[in-house]
Amino acid sequence: MMLQGKTWKFGADVDTDAIIPARYLNTSDPAELAKHCMEDADPAFPTKVQPGDIIIAGKNFGCGSSREHAPIAIKAAGVSCVIAKSFARIFYRNAFNIGLPIFESVEAAEAIQEGDEVAVDSAQGVIKNLTKNETYKATPVPEFMQQIIAAGGLIGYVSERLRGAKQA
Amino acid sequence: MAMTITEKILAAHAGMDRVEPGQLINVQVDLALGNDITAPVAIREFERIGVETVWDRERVVLVPDHFVPNKDIKSAEQVKGLREFARKHQLPHFYEVGRMGVEHCLLPEQGLVGPGDLVIGADSHTCTYGGLGAFSTGVGSTDLAAAMALGETWLKVPESIKFVYYGELPRWVGGKDLILYTIGQIGVDGALYMAMEFTGPAIEGLGIEGRLTMANMAVEAGAKNGIVAPDEITRRYVEGRAKRPYTFYQSDPDARYAQVIEIDVSKLEPQIAFPHLPENTRPVSEAADVTIDQVVIGSCTNGRLSDLQLAAEVLKGHRVSDNLRLLVIPGTQDIYMQALREGLVEQFIEAGAAVSTPTCGPCLGGHMGILAKGERALATTNRNFVGRMGHPESEVYLCNPAVAAASAVLGRIAAPWEVE
Repeated sequence: MMLQGKTWKFGADVDTDAIIPARYLNTSDPAELAKHCMEDADPAFPTKVQPGDIIIAGKNFGCGSSREHAPIAIKAAGVSCVIAKSFARIFYRNAFNIGLPIFESVEAAEAIQEGDEVAVDSAQGVIKNLTKNETYKATPVPEFMQQIIAAGGLIGYVSERLRGAKQA
Repeated sequence: MAMTITEKILAAHAGMDRVEPGQLINVQVDLALGNDITAPVAIREFERIGVETVWDRERVVLVPDHFVPNKDIKSAEQVKGLREFARKHQLPHFYEVGRMGVEHCLLPEQGLVGPGDLVIGADSHTCTYGGLGAFSTGVGSTDLAAAMALGETWLKVPESIKFVYYGELPRWVGGKDLILYTIGQIGVDGALYMAMEFTGPAIEGLGIEGRLTMANMAVEAGAKNGIVAPDEITRRYVEGRAKRPYTFYQSDPDARYAQVIEIDVSKLEPQIAFPHLPENTRPVSEAADVTIDQVVIGSCTNGRLSDLQLAAEVLKGHRVSDNLRLLVIPGTQDIYMQALREGLVEQFIEAGAAVSTPTCGPCLGGHMGILAKGERALATTNRNFVGRMGHPESEVYLCNPAVAAASAVLGRIAAPWEVE
């Protein structure tokens, strides 16, 4: 799958409270959550972001809470993927489970500047900076995680397994 | 083949003789936990899977604790969803307001988790149960949904870092200070994807509540789990309490660690984490100029009975400063009752504090103690991110309960010995 968009750049340790503050967690409606996506990191983000845009961040993106509302808010805001130096553990799992593509690349996170147009070949893990005409490589996704993505997220994967078990 | 305690628990739950760091494994879970923020999403996803019932109704635990007693209509609807799901599936472990507690205080207290267990919970502080010698870790709602259906989950076996705490703990220094100091040393991603194993004489001398506090904040260093090997102190806590059989695991002496970090605790001061990350720690004596508007004593980190006893000891004979408000939130109804019987609640109220029914409310900026623009809070909670307790331009400082109490008296961050 090819993902392409304009980039928005954030720093290190962007936490889940910054991605979706707890004051909005009395709902789990993706459209409502999207209205407040990244609000405490950049209050204007929800109005600026365009479908397909890409978030670039430093180390430990998504640290803090287990709230799946964080990747849900990012996905529902139209962001096509997140590229960071590293991801917090629970956020990493949650992103795969709900089908938000994420890529770990120190090189890309450092070189890409806000506003650059970036294209990502998600299968190959190749990140192209169309503005600067540079190419970066993302850390390969474990095969098991690729199976989850192929099944449309964890629920699809589990449903397939259960169906398989019934037929066997 | 030598293994760490974490590797042994994972191997046992994967039905394997041994596991190695980096390996992806499927494990049986002993318990799956959700709260009023995460369970609504998990229930929605569970219903998409297409199974009729949860895998084991005794092992799915739902604790509405974040926005309760319900702060508004939307949060009431969320809890109603949990309540209806619990009734439909006849879940015995749904904990209603009045009979509940902050989840990570409640589960150990009720004997729902024990040594050697493998627990996942849709709450990042599920790592708390490592204080009992269990493997426990936070996951998202979809992972919880899958576990509610299958009774299993997948995990990557983490590498372990061994922390050895030696020396005698100074007065007023406890588990909270050890973990804040440790996070200050290694950073908020210092143990990313790893297990933090807490060992050494200072840990052996720490009560079970201090150990739970330390394991609770492992996630603030990015860790998958924090763990303390169970011992006689653990046995005394779980005996007569545990609802299921338990197993004591120990790391082998020659187990492999990614790193071993030794910390001399004998000269440690109580620690303060400055905004806006738990890694921004300083000794309390270097924080004395910070005036504060609100003090919160409670949460899954420090809302247990020993925390309230410590706070009451410091508050004794003093009044809360006119310039701030002190909120005290017992972690569970049992803790609340104990605090009543011991006269702690009376003491808090006489000192000028507000005492609340159990809730996570202020810790996550949910309700009960939201900060206005420019306000500062000192809290025994676990996170001090931007906007954590309210307005994005407010500030949260983290500390132990004794420091919180002393600071409530003096109206600024203060060491307990300043009010003795």
